[in-house]
Amino acid sequence: MTDVTTTAPAIPKRASRLSRIARAIGLLRESPIGMFGAFIVLFWIILAVVADLLPIYDPLAQSAPDLLRPALSPAPDGGTYWLGTDDKGRDILSRLIYGSRLVLFWSSLATVVAYIAGMLMGVVAGYKGGWWDEALSFLGNIFLAFPQMVLYLVILSQLGSESPLGEMLAKAGFSTVWVKGLIIVIAITFGTAPQVARIVRGLVLDLKTRDYVAAAEVRGESPFYIMIVELLPNARGPLIVDACLRLGYVTIAIAALGFLGLGLPPPDPDWGKMISEVRGFGAMAANAMLWPAMAISSLVLGLNLLADGLREVSLRD
Amino acid sequence: MLVLAARRFTAMILIMVVISVFLFLIFEGDKMALAMRVLGQYSTVEGRLQWLEVNGYNKPLVARYFSWLLGFIAGDWKISAQFNRPVLEFLAPRLANTAILGGCVFVLTMIVSLILGVLSGIAEGSLRDRTITVASVLTTSVPEFASATFLVAIFVFWLDWLPGSSSFSGGFSIRELVLPVAVLVIYNFGYYTRMTRASMAEVMTSQYVRTAVLKGLPFKRVVLRHALRNALIAPFTVMILQLNYLLSGIIVTEVFFAYDGFGKAIYDAAQFGDIYVVEAGAMVAVFVAVISQFISDVGYTLLNPRIRFA
Repeated sequence: MTDVTTTAPAIPKRASRLSRIARAIGLLRESPIGMFGAFIVLFWIILAVVADLLPIYDPLAQSAPDLLRPALSPAPDGGTYWLGTDDKGRDILSRLIYGSRLVLFWSSLATVVAYIAGMLMGVVAGYKGGWWDEALSFLGNIFLAFPQMVLYLVILSQLGSESPLGEMLAKAGFSTVWVKGLIIVIAITFGTAPQVARIVRGLVLDLKTRDYVAAAEVRGESPFYIMIVELLPNARGPLIVDACLRLGYVTIAIAALGFLGLGLPPPDPDWGKMISEVRGFGAMAANAMLWPAMAISSLVLGLNLLADGLREVSLRD
Repeated sequence: MLVLAARRFTAMILIMVVISVFLFLIFEGDKMALAMRVLGQYSTVEGRLQWLEVNGYNKPLVARYFSWLLGFIAGDWKISAQFNRPVLEFLAPRLANTAILGGCVFVLTMIVSLILGVLSGIAEGSLRDRTITVASVLTTSVPEFASATFLVAIFVFWLDWLPGSSSFSGGFSIRELVLPVAVLVIYNFGYYTRMTRASMAEVMTSQYVRTAVLKGLPFKRVVLRHALRNALIAPFTVMILQLNYLLSGIIVTEVFFAYDGFGKAIYDAAQFGDIYVVEAGAMVAVFVAVISQFISDVGYTLLNPRIRFA
């Protein structure tokens, strides 16, 4: 730090963090589409959080006499299978609700990890420029050249639970579900981080010409400080919108992996897997297939509408 | 122009080479693991060692890479463990099937999204524009396997109009192609429609379109002769550029409908542990993606005179 001391002119006090968040939510209210999206997303988040408190069946409990029942069928204990049952007689409503936990948790984790990696790559490439930029952009282009699903198939088929990576994670004390989940997070990161990096790089190229960056450089701040404290927070506007969209894509990717049988191991109720498990029963399974398909579509729709609303509101400012 | 194309071409070759090294290392870097994958879990260690020796895997890694790469270019894609047939012979008809599916999807997506995008972009803010925009957000939010579920429920289970599987077991049939194509078009058209809309809306506010309108040309003529060509540059190049997004969706769709294509072949091979098929499939997929990027880059400069003469 330099020892320059000046008497700064009185700066109007910045609004508190809480009131700024409240203002942002207030702004979103101006976009009905964004509000509708936020409402759908919130609906699933709340269900995921309170799942344990709801009067629903155990999502893993099988009931041999009640296979592939339609919606609203009576359960043997006098209750109702509101959305019917799957091929093992498990309650679909409860599997959907507990499934939202898995979907939201793993998609958010994968998006956050991919975002951190992508932001670091992008901010270094954009701020340092030159050789750093060339190398990082080339690295990103290599992974962007892959069709994402091919990249996931390559990574998941080569770095599965029996690979050195899987064994390392298992030795570190992670359960089977976590090992599988973390490998998926890694795969998603490889596919997603370069896209984030490209966006961040573009934003940083613009931001680094600003006066406050020059001021920080003159103050003698470290490049690390400038990148993390000056550049990234100021790029947040477009990044929040992109993160919403990205979370939607990641949700689709993870659910698609679940559908392909490459997701989390059974019997956990993953929405994609719920569809593929009953697919073989044809028309009899129509009910059991439709609900998870609607659940995943509604969640992604919510995220996309929320992103649209946020973009609309941020452009209006 | 030629210099630019040559530079892009060099970058493309460089990316291909680096990716081939990456794929080679990830699939064949650990030769004992490879021997186990190829010979099966229950093969003996002596058997594996002998297999490595016979197949020249004891040479240094760099020599192995070059002989693998040259062999790959020459069409020696090894033998599929799953089908005991040369990989190339097995993948070629699968690739042809996917080309049929992908080609139909590409053409239909382009037609649908360009028409909707233009209709929406020339009247920004109108009811028609809003309807099209909402519809495209809606369809883009439904993952392929979910829209496939909906379509199968309606057209196969309920109306019984179309077959639910597209394995072409009774020979090629258009009816079996309808649902997979529909699923992919529905998922993909929204993005391109919004892109065309944005591009069209931007062109419609430009000076030269306003001049054309002000000098009294019929609106239709302004749109068709003046605005369209410039508005279509961006969406067209993006569509080619996004071929590898299409391929991701194709894998899921092919698996859903049991369509015997390239995507399902890679998926089955990855499930089975048929390493040479996954390796060759990944190489082909990346090759297609990189070539399409090159075409898109060069196509953009060809279509856009401002860049062409710069």
